[in-house]
Amino acid sequence: MNPSSQPSYNEAARQGLANPCLQRSLHGLQAHYGKGALALWRTLPDPTLRSRVKARRMQTLAHLDLVLEQLADGIRARGGQVFFAATEAEANEYVRDLACKRGVRRVVKGKSMLSAEIGIDAALAADGVEVVETDLGEYIVQMAGSTASHIIAPCIHMDRQQIGRLFAKHLHIPYTDDPPTLTRAARKALRQHLLTADMGLTGCNFACAETGQITLVSNEGNIRMATTMPRLHVALMGMERIVATLDDQRDLLQLLTQAAALQKLSTYVSCVGGPSPAGDLDGPEEFHLVIIDNGRSRILADPEFREVLACIRCGACLNICPVYGRIGGHAYGSPYSGPIGAVVTPLLSGINLHADLCKGETLCGACRDVCPVANDLPRMLAALRHKLAYGDPGWHVRPQNRLEAFGFKLWRKIVGSKKCYESFLKFFRALQRPFIGPQGMIGRLPGFGGGWTGGRDLPPLASSSFRERWRQVHSKNRTDCAGTETEEQRHGG
Amino acid sequence: MTPLPKLSLCQPTPVSLFIPCLVDAMFPEVGEAMVSVFDRLGIPLLYPEGQTCCGQPAFNSGYQREAAAVARRFIDLIEGAEAIVCPSGSCVAMVRHHYPELFQDDPAMLERAVAISRKTFEFTEYLVDVLGVTEIGAVFPARATYHDSCHLARTLGIREQPRQLLRHVRDLHLVEMASADTCCGFGGTFSVNYPDISLALVDEKIDNILRSGADIVVGCDVSCLMNIRGRMTRRKETLQVLHIAQVLASAEKA
Repeated sequence: MNPSSQPSYNEAARQGLANPCLQRSLHGLQAHYGKGALALWRTLPDPTLRSRVKARRMQTLAHLDLVLEQLADGIRARGGQVFFAATEAEANEYVRDLACKRGVRRVVKGKSMLSAEIGIDAALAADGVEVVETDLGEYIVQMAGSTASHIIAPCIHMDRQQIGRLFAKHLHIPYTDDPPTLTRAARKALRQHLLTADMGLTGCNFACAETGQITLVSNEGNIRMATTMPRLHVALMGMERIVATLDDQRDLLQLLTQAAALQKLSTYVSCVGGPSPAGDLDGPEEFHLVIIDNGRSRILADPEFREVLACIRCGACLNICPVYGRIGGHAYGSPYSGPIGAVVTPLLSGINLHADLCKGETLCGACRDVCPVANDLPRMLAALRHKLAYGDPGWHVRPQNRLEAFGFKLWRKIVGSKKCYESFLKFFRALQRPFIGPQGMIGRLPGFGGGWTGGRDLPPLASSSFRERWRQVHSKNRTDCAGTETEEQRHGG
Repeated sequence: MTPLPKLSLCQPTPVSLFIPCLVDAMFPEVGEAMVSVFDRLGIPLLYPEGQTCCGQPAFNSGYQREAAAVARRFIDLIEGAEAIVCPSGSCVAMVRHHYPELFQDDPAMLERAVAISRKTFEFTEYLVDVLGVTEIGAVFPARATYHDSCHLARTLGIREQPRQLLRHVRDLHLVEMASADTCCGFGGTFSVNYPDISLALVDEKIDNILRSGADIVVGCDVSCLMNIRGRMTRRKETLQVLHIAQVLASAEKA
């Protein structure tokens, strides 16, 4: 998740805005799924479900060490292996080492954001291991040499014509943009990979401590195959993706599939608790669960950001966010895009590095309304901005913009006194005169103001302010308001 | 949310006007329109004159120290008021929700901030929920569409009050636009730091306004209205952009 080699947020946003295919896709996505999820929450049979689930998520996070241990015990008891990785390097090393020891030459993957976070594909490829995505969207994105631009719909930035050309080139089929035909072609190619793979590598939607199992949700059946056909199954799990009880899991599953895809339940729900028992024909010989921290402990330790760990990666916030809805996922420069990406990417891989993600939203609050676990992402964005404003050694944050900091110090002086504020108004009223156009609007401003006037007019400061009009007109003949000035005299200037 | 006090119109509580800096400096006519509506209802008005800004711009940009200093000044200035009414949802959201956050480590200030937050109301909320008034006697012949400002609709939950008031304006026909509560793309410093994204959002808003067939667009926050109007004039659209107070104050003209 190093953005240094990538275009800036603003630049990538411009590219997204200029891409008509992306604009069409995002518009359709948001009109259906984003608004649909909001409508679902309004008609939930149990209106307390979301707040109840959130409370349970936070309670579980408070006892994370205990539930993770219970999970590990359950899996080990069935002959599975559990590895706790503190960093992405540790996680990658574990999987590479395992692949090397077991002579793995081909890996099939189930969709996993975490696998992109830790960069495991490149790590395995460096050892000469072939890695193939089996989720259709991820498969397309991988074939195109691109990255996912949506948590749930990875290739939302491509249309069927582009996919048709891609398949014609890589799968050597006659060009078609007919989705069923394209899907059949992908299915045929993927089946070969699934039949010959040595290792299935998946994520984990959530684990359950009580049952000692992980649960994977899919609609294409690829997860079922990737977890049972190869002789090894390795699951990557963010350490926060755990529920304490099966009851919690039922509630969470219900929210996940509804928030993500407006489905009461996904087509497949796979629960995996270990390798196949002796004598069983189905399932892998070995099951490895890699539980990954990679910066999550630090988030857990900070009460201001802890709730972001309640996230279940449903993507609903992407489906409602007006900013994501225009710029698309690639602008975020991270596997996690949209509002959740804007909060979690800086927390996981550097607040200064991703300052634009912290600042590039309008704080409109739509993401908070749609979130199945009611995460207050706008609050956390403001908290991240607070760190950027003054720096925070605890998070290794440096003050981000000295000019802006100076601007707000100056602003405080101006609005901190009636005299300064009124002088400021007078000064700028005089200064703005040459900028006012024939329509009475300011059409061009230098410097900082150019960001506004580049595409918009700015109304000028009024010739007299409200306070002046109140003094001159509205305060007259008002017997009831005598004495309003006394407060001012107390604080004046 | 705190239950709103029901006040009797027989002995109207004096209202202290909370005039946001943008209204004061750029849109004084919006403040005057609010004064005229309250005058018509016979509500005594006070204007604590030293007020400047509530601190929201600094808060949203992360400058909490500066925001707290300005908030403290505002609290000093206005806490004697019985009811504080403001023609801006985002400024009310700042006072109601973020003032208590700013002073969470200062019990004395926190108490004062909470007290202020309980008696600060957005203009349409005060009319409908506190005064129980939906009919002002306003006349405004137009097809109007209403833009839900983000903090007003989502943070304060004020969606119906402005619409109720507009429906009672004589000769005004309220038509809903698509995605009325989608952000207009203002977002404070966001609009100047990320102008391309901001413009894409306001263009979508304007397209929805135009498609609604309305000839005026009405809102409760001048910041959104400034953004929408500023883009409209640049696009040479002639549709009128008005604050709801201006519509409600319009009886005399008819």
